[in-house]
Amino acid sequence: MLGEVEKNLLHVISDLDELPAEGAFNLRENGKGVQRRSTKNVEITPKTDKPGIDIRVAPGTAFESVHIPVVLTESGMNDLVYNDFYIGEGATVEIVAGCGIHNCGCDTSQHDGIHTFYIGKNAHVSYVEKHYGEGEGTGKRILNPQTIAYLEEGATLDMDTSQIRGVDDTKRFTKVVVGRGAEVVISEKLLTHGEQSAVSDMEVELNGDGAKASITSRSVAKEQSHQVFYPRLSGNCACFGHVTCDAIIMDKARVRAIPELTANHVDAQLIHEAAIGKIAGEQILKLMTLGLTAEEAEQQILDGFLR
Amino acid sequence: MLELEHVQFTAGTTNIVKDVSLTIPEGRFVVITGPNGGGKTTLAKLIMGIEQPTGGAIRWNGADVTHLSITERARLGISYGFQAPPRFKGMRVSDLLQLAAGSDQQLTHDQCCAYLTKVGLCARDYVGRDVDASLSGGELKRIEIATILARGSGREHSLMIFDEPEAGIDLWSFAKLTETFRALHAGGKATVIIISHQERIIRLADEIVLIAGGEVKARGSVDEVFPLIMRDTVSTCSAAEQEGL
Repeated sequence: MLGEVEKNLLHVISDLDELPAEGAFNLRENGKGVQRRSTKNVEITPKTDKPGIDIRVAPGTAFESVHIPVVLTESGMNDLVYNDFYIGEGATVEIVAGCGIHNCGCDTSQHDGIHTFYIGKNAHVSYVEKHYGEGEGTGKRILNPQTIAYLEEGATLDMDTSQIRGVDDTKRFTKVVVGRGAEVVISEKLLTHGEQSAVSDMEVELNGDGAKASITSRSVAKEQSHQVFYPRLSGNCACFGHVTCDAIIMDKARVRAIPELTANHVDAQLIHEAAIGKIAGEQILKLMTLGLTAEEAEQQILDGFLR
Repeated sequence: MLELEHVQFTAGTTNIVKDVSLTIPEGRFVVITGPNGGGKTTLAKLIMGIEQPTGGAIRWNGADVTHLSITERARLGISYGFQAPPRFKGMRVSDLLQLAAGSDQQLTHDQCCAYLTKVGLCARDYVGRDVDASLSGGELKRIEIATILARGSGREHSLMIFDEPEAGIDLWSFAKLTETFRALHAGGKATVIIISHQERIIRLADEIVLIAGGEVKARGSVDEVFPLIMRDTVSTCSAAEQEGL
């Protein structure tokens, strides 16, 4: 039975008010897997050698959702978890992950989730991950997610990750190896505020002919926060890759965007775009002419940008 | 009723709006025209509150709005369609229309589509799109006009100001837009000011105000003012005179 705090965290990170009535799921709470359900096509088993679970999706699965939320409500909890996903050939699956921390104490709460995907031939994975922190305590809320994915021929991975707010420190690492005719689309949204720090380190290797990658980062840095976005894209064959870093900077925040492209093949087409700037005054004025105050206008612009 | 009394606007040492006095009764459809750089857009921005006058007073329905903020004027029913509207990454066309309509009325999908149709956009293709760089200048402009229609429709005592709505719009969409302005005029509920150089829009007006050099040079009906505009178009061009044109 979930308490109110846990329910709220679950709602923010996975849009669920209760655990799903259908489909596979695994709820991890304060360092332990507390509830789990497998289905005919999706088998979830706990690891025996280290903390975490294995998720195996049967080949040819038409479409299934898998929810694997993590909630931390004990101050001082340091949770390290390894989740491995084995997606069978031709399967289509949506995986909703995410971690919410409620820290009302003075000790640091930390969750490091290491997710590795082995995506079979022609399989399609949609992966949604949200991170959120709250709580009135002085203890820090730290999230260091790692996502590593291997895409076989014709596979696709649509990865949508966001850090909503309240995370004091994050070091995100993403590595995707893309095979022949496979495609990865990564959309990352980050909001930092206060004294928060966020580093997003990404590495995408396009290794098979016809491989594609699209990486979009949208971030907002407010107050005294600091962000570094470091996407590296390497084209090792006839492939196409595109990186866009777009950041809104406010107050005394700092943002570094360092896209890096490496072409190791004459037919590798790689593009990057990066833009950092404050909210345009004209945007605020326009929304004020629609009856919003300057503060409401700013919030609307930020909400849209990070949608 | 909109009243401008000796409105002035000076930027540095340049008098952009010198001494403009105008009264526009409620429900009137007025076209402001005149040469580029004459002060038309600045005057519109002064009415909306985007610029603050350096002299004179602005009243809307009897209330002195001279020193009210943009937000306060918007909430009194004044709206302004920008000549060069900004783009918003991540904000959908439907979001912008909803913001324009205000929190007191929840727009349905069909209502959003109706506003887009009025500006010549195929609603199905645009309602869910982001108001970002993927839109052309003409598309963005028409969405801007749709926001003003959404803002002004259904409100009592609204003043809708459109700044060169025809700019960047193709002929087909322009025809649709002209129809929309004609319908707005026929409805007679809103007070409408359009800054325009287009004869088809000018001919819709109850009254034309010709502004040049920061001043009202002429005002009156289409029949009174249009011949003056046509005459000035040639006679003010000294090069044309020298060439004997």
